[in-house]
Amino acid sequence: MKITEDTIRHVAKLARLAVSDEDVAKLAPQLNDIMGYNEQLQALPLDEVPPTSHPFALYNALRDDEPRPGLTREQALANAPDSDGEQVRVPAVLEG
Amino acid sequence: MAFETVIGLEVHVELKTKSKIFCGCRTDFGAPPNTNVCPVCLGHPGTLPVLNQEAVELALKAATALNCKINQDCKFDRKNYFYPDLPKGYQISQYDQPIGEHGYIEIDVNGERKRIGIVRVHLEEDAGKSMHAPDGSHTLVDYNRTGVPLIEIVSEPDIRSPEEARLYLEGIRSIMQYCGISDCRMEEGSLRCDANISLRPVGQKEFGQKAELKNINSFRFVQKGLEYEVERQTQILSQGGTVVQETRRFDEATQTTVSMRSKEEAHDYRYFPEPDLVRLRVDDAWLQRVRESLPELPLQKRDRYQNELQLPAYDAGVLTSDIEIAQYFEAVVDAGIDPKSASNWVMSDVLGYANANGLTLSAFPVAPAQLAGLIQQVTAGKISIKQGRDVFKIMCETGKDAVTVIREQGFEQISDEGALIAIVEEAIANNPKSVEDYRAGKEKAIGALVGQVMKATKGKANPAVVNKLILERIQA
Repeated sequence: MKITEDTIRHVAKLARLAVSDEDVAKLAPQLNDIMGYNEQLQALPLDEVPPTSHPFALYNALRDDEPRPGLTREQALANAPDSDGEQVRVPAVLEG
Repeated sequence: MAFETVIGLEVHVELKTKSKIFCGCRTDFGAPPNTNVCPVCLGHPGTLPVLNQEAVELALKAATALNCKINQDCKFDRKNYFYPDLPKGYQISQYDQPIGEHGYIEIDVNGERKRIGIVRVHLEEDAGKSMHAPDGSHTLVDYNRTGVPLIEIVSEPDIRSPEEARLYLEGIRSIMQYCGISDCRMEEGSLRCDANISLRPVGQKEFGQKAELKNINSFRFVQKGLEYEVERQTQILSQGGTVVQETRRFDEATQTTVSMRSKEEAHDYRYFPEPDLVRLRVDDAWLQRVRESLPELPLQKRDRYQNELQLPAYDAGVLTSDIEIAQYFEAVVDAGIDPKSASNWVMSDVLGYANANGLTLSAFPVAPAQLAGLIQQVTAGKISIKQGRDVFKIMCETGKDAVTVIREQGFEQISDEGALIAIVEEAIANNPKSVEDYRAGKEKAIGALVGQVMKATKGKANPAVVNKLILERIQA
């Protein structure tokens, strides 16, 4: 897969990252090198190998359905940039 | 040109667990804002999710009850997007390996059974709740709901009318309630529904351009909103126009749908496997246990009520629409009452009183055994049906047994012939005209005589006995 400058701008936008034109120009060849390196794997005969989603063969780390105390509201809101004392206040989200 | 309606529904159902899907916070609806939160569901750095076993159990039940093939080895994925109600910046969901897929449910449309396919059922976490300031200056967010376990049920585009959409949704709800998976209270948001709707010329194979209807918050509005869309799209297409692919919402005030005019950025969620959770494996024993734990489902129950209990289709439909109603009805039948009598009393009197007073049957003041006691008094002729209805109301208000109410209110019906003969003879003596009319062939004239006796006994006389006593005396 070819990483173009447009790809970088698009992904940066999705990740809400401000990337300068200068950096975009620098990143495109670098990322292409990395992707190209990964593409060597495509040459291997892997048709019979299921995609790996997790590196360890671990299953079912489960917990019982038992409520546990969490944070108080004061503690929860202490980390928010802004609140009305009950809810987190954020810039207006436009809808409808 | 005639058009065919094509509808697919995406339904989100909140699972009835005590704690959230990846942390121990409570899930109670209506808690004060931001009091059921912790570092995990608020997405603080360094925290790790741990999957709630009960959420998996309930999702398995749902997928099994919806006839899905279960993916016994599956995983979770991150769905990445930025929205203030999603503190982590991603939602943990299931992308290419949903817990269940290729299922179906059956609904009865105009007396015909129809199968609606289910594409998939997957597990995910709910987001928080945003409240937008009316003046548009800011948005407030409550994170209590963040991390509440959800399943998303996606239907095939098999639904062909707004009515079918409502029936499908009601079918999903009753299955969820029967299996104890969710309360499915639309008004509390524990069941939410989005609909995709398009029209195509009858006979055409390809789907038309669709509109998505979002945030519909009642069963009635699902049908109404879709009915409006059918009308709107028919008009556009009939005039040679094209339907704009967009998201619309149902406006309760105008009973129409309006475009949400949100910036239609193409969704690009960059799903990838959730590295903080290990894979999920449901072994055969677990799956078997879930299958065996499923109760009789609504449609099976309905068929049984019709076939085995000989109830009319209407009765069977009403009684099985809600698991609590079915349980109440069955308890009355188990107490020895014949199904049709039990059905009549439950449908008219019990549901009538419950609806008028906003009660659920689990909290109904008259227990099924008490209702059975009352029906037995009526069947035995101790009181008339009309008196029975009055006794029932008093039972609802006082919680007392039928026998007690009948004694206290002096409702006891007089069936003893000895006690009635004198009154009957007096009525005959006082109404020679009615007697004459009857003998002349006007059979209805006996009604006046029965009426006299009922009046004299303040309605307590057993009408059948009175009738018999009068006939014995004037037919000769």
